[in-house]
Amino acid sequence: MRKVICIMLALLFAVSLVGCHGKVEHAIFELPESFDTEKQYEITFWAKNENNQTQRDIYAQAVAGFEEIYPNINVTLSSYTDYGQIRNDVLTNLATNTTPNVCITYPDHVAEYMQGDNVIVPLDSLMVDPKYGLGGSDVRFDAPGRDDIIDKFLAECIIDGSYYALPFMRSTEACYVNKTYVEALGYTLPDVLTWDFVWEVSEAAIAKDESGNYKINGQKTMIPFIYKSTDNMMISMLKQKGADYSTENGDILMFNDTAKELLFTIASHANTRAFSTFKISSYPANFLNAGQCIFAIDSTAGATWMGTNAPLCDISEDNLVEFETAVMPIPQFDPENVQMISQGPSVCVFNKEDSGEVLASWLFVQYLLTNDVQISYSSTEGYVPVTKMAQESDEYRDYLSRSGEDNQLYYDVKIDTTKMLIEHTDDTFVTPVFNGSASLRDAAGQMIENVTKSVRRKENVDDAYIENLYSDMMSLYRLDQISAAAGGAGVKTALGPLPRTAVVLIASLGAAWVLIISAVLVDVIKKRKK
Amino acid sequence: MKKIIAMLMALTLVFAFAACQGETAVTTDDAVTTTEAPVETTEVPVETTEAPVETTEAPAEVKVMTYEEFVAADLDTEVTVETYIQATQSWWDNKITAYTQNEEGAYFLYEMACSEEDAAKLVPGTKIRVTGFKAEWSGELEIVDATFEILEGNFVAEPTDVTALLGTDELIAHQNKLVSFKGMTFESLEYKNGEPGDDIYVTVSKDGNNYSFCVEYYLTGTDTDVYKAVQALTAGDVVDIDGFLYWYEGVNTHITAVAAAQ
Repeated sequence: MRKVICIMLALLFAVSLVGCHGKVEHAIFELPESFDTEKQYEITFWAKNENNQTQRDIYAQAVAGFEEIYPNINVTLSSYTDYGQIRNDVLTNLATNTTPNVCITYPDHVAEYMQGDNVIVPLDSLMVDPKYGLGGSDVRFDAPGRDDIIDKFLAECIIDGSYYALPFMRSTEACYVNKTYVEALGYTLPDVLTWDFVWEVSEAAIAKDESGNYKINGQKTMIPFIYKSTDNMMISMLKQKGADYSTENGDILMFNDTAKELLFTIASHANTRAFSTFKISSYPANFLNAGQCIFAIDSTAGATWMGTNAPLCDISEDNLVEFETAVMPIPQFDPENVQMISQGPSVCVFNKEDSGEVLASWLFVQYLLTNDVQISYSSTEGYVPVTKMAQESDEYRDYLSRSGEDNQLYYDVKIDTTKMLIEHTDDTFVTPVFNGSASLRDAAGQMIENVTKSVRRKENVDDAYIENLYSDMMSLYRLDQISAAAGGAGVKTALGPLPRTAVVLIASLGAAWVLIISAVLVDVIKKRKK
Repeated sequence: MKKIIAMLMALTLVFAFAACQGETAVTTDDAVTTTEAPVETTEVPVETTEAPVETTEAPAEVKVMTYEEFVAADLDTEVTVETYIQATQSWWDNKITAYTQNEEGAYFLYEMACSEEDAAKLVPGTKIRVTGFKAEWSGELEIVDATFEILEGNFVAEPTDVTALLGTDELIAHQNKLVSFKGMTFESLEYKNGEPGDDIYVTVSKDGNNYSFCVEYYLTGTDTDVYKAVQALTAGDVVDIDGFLYWYEGVNTHITAVAAAQ
């Protein structure tokens, strides 16, 4: 009888635990011994493009090329134009176990996806597997080896000590300068832009004539300095200053005196209208191309929108102004120690019940790193390939050497940004990745947006204002919760308190077991007394 | 004793499943996307309330601006206007973007603070008092960082025919209004994302000049009549178009209805 009771209790306990798991979990992925080429696999790939048909075509060609090599794998492509939308959709689909197999992503977002157990496949062992690893013996195409991927870019995909993504493309920010106007104002561009130089020229550019037109362009509109991504602006400034931002463990350190001083400086130039942001005014490219901006900072992945002869343009032809565009690294505090952010798409693999399906996904990811895909996609914008194999190929070198041959594939501004990043690869940095790092990044940018808006609205930006701003950012982006959870470090620890239902469950199970044991003890005592 | 144990086991199960109920994953074969069809869509208004009914007066301390005063106000100044919802884009993250209009002019309210519960009340015709800041983004005049309260009153605008103003400086005076364009020739369309499921960029022409209009996905999603009607157009079709006179580096009407030219 006792055995029966024990078995039943054990079963009951197991059933209770299994039944409670609303969160989707997977078993740890184990690489199959061989890939089943007889079995049909359906995998989904969520890809991001810059609203660019050529990029969509390249993805489609990559899918077709891969399917030709692996006829038993069918890849369904979904296009997005926004990383944030991919992130939102992945998070929504996590709960229903309907995530894609492969998606373009930022490492910050991968850290959020990892809130479920084994949701994202760690790639460490896959990468070095002799048969199916990078450039493995049983991979049917010319895939890059582990050493072919540029170390700096690969290292950006380490989360919690493991590789949870691979780089797909890399970009950075560039300052697109209207060199013609800089020189017309009596300045000469230095070898390395400094913040002081940019602020000084920007202030000089807002002088008006008697009719209220800006002297430099004769127009009613001039915003000398526009920054597209203000989160990058704050992060880069802090990095260049050697100031704290966050720890690898998720401790929030950004709300410091250096950030305050930076915000005061930004506010002073926003107050004169020498500076504005994309969110407040519009795309830097539109103002730059209309001769209404001198320093436009945007991603190198937006290079085809920049300059008088840009192949892509949102303003009407009659508003275009002729000027010379110089491509430079973002402004620096220390010209001897150039630092710029590394960004661009990475790619991650989602775990599935069928390990063969995961292996099929992994093979597709490797295909995205082949020369054909790397060179053709990177040539669409100011991206650089992430493999040495592609960067050192004759085809790619030929592409770079033909800068300015036309205003499409060989558009000089685009190729100049690419060369800039290749030259400065060792000067790039990334911020720590943890569950919540995306929110911290949002807060970094929002501080600049807020002070800029506030001074435009005649509000006083002083110590008290900054104190309130820090407090607002902490609560708005729930950064206090991240900090509280960061104590133990890593992604796994930053998941917040147990849900109420879990607490109730654990308490009820505990109480039930106490009662069961008590009942058994009472029974034993009674029997002994007999 | 066995009865007690059985009862305790049953209780354990009950507690366990009760606690888990709220967290059970919903399984489905299809991926879920967060870009749901817009909550509200706008077609050609079927009713027009000529004289707005107003029963709530603005408190004495609130200076409600006329449209003329709004236009004259500097950018980045605080503004308060009373206006009527004509359409809204999808509610998201406690924010809503609304196309509004009164008898004098129209106001585009960008990402106004709004609970999901209040968003459901913002049906076409609803009168609101809005306080926010005047802003301009690529030529589009808007009110940002706004809050609102619902007032008594109702007004649904009829489209104003601005066909004759295309290509003139006078057109911008009707910015954000519900307008109509008669006899436009459809030239081409392009999906924002390369495929249906997002904005549609529409090129139409009149008297030899091309104009960029848009089917804004968050206003009129894939399930709406206008989205499907635009998809079905072929080059050379001559159509009448209704929409909100949005501005992005020039006129960029957000189309709400399209039909064969009358």
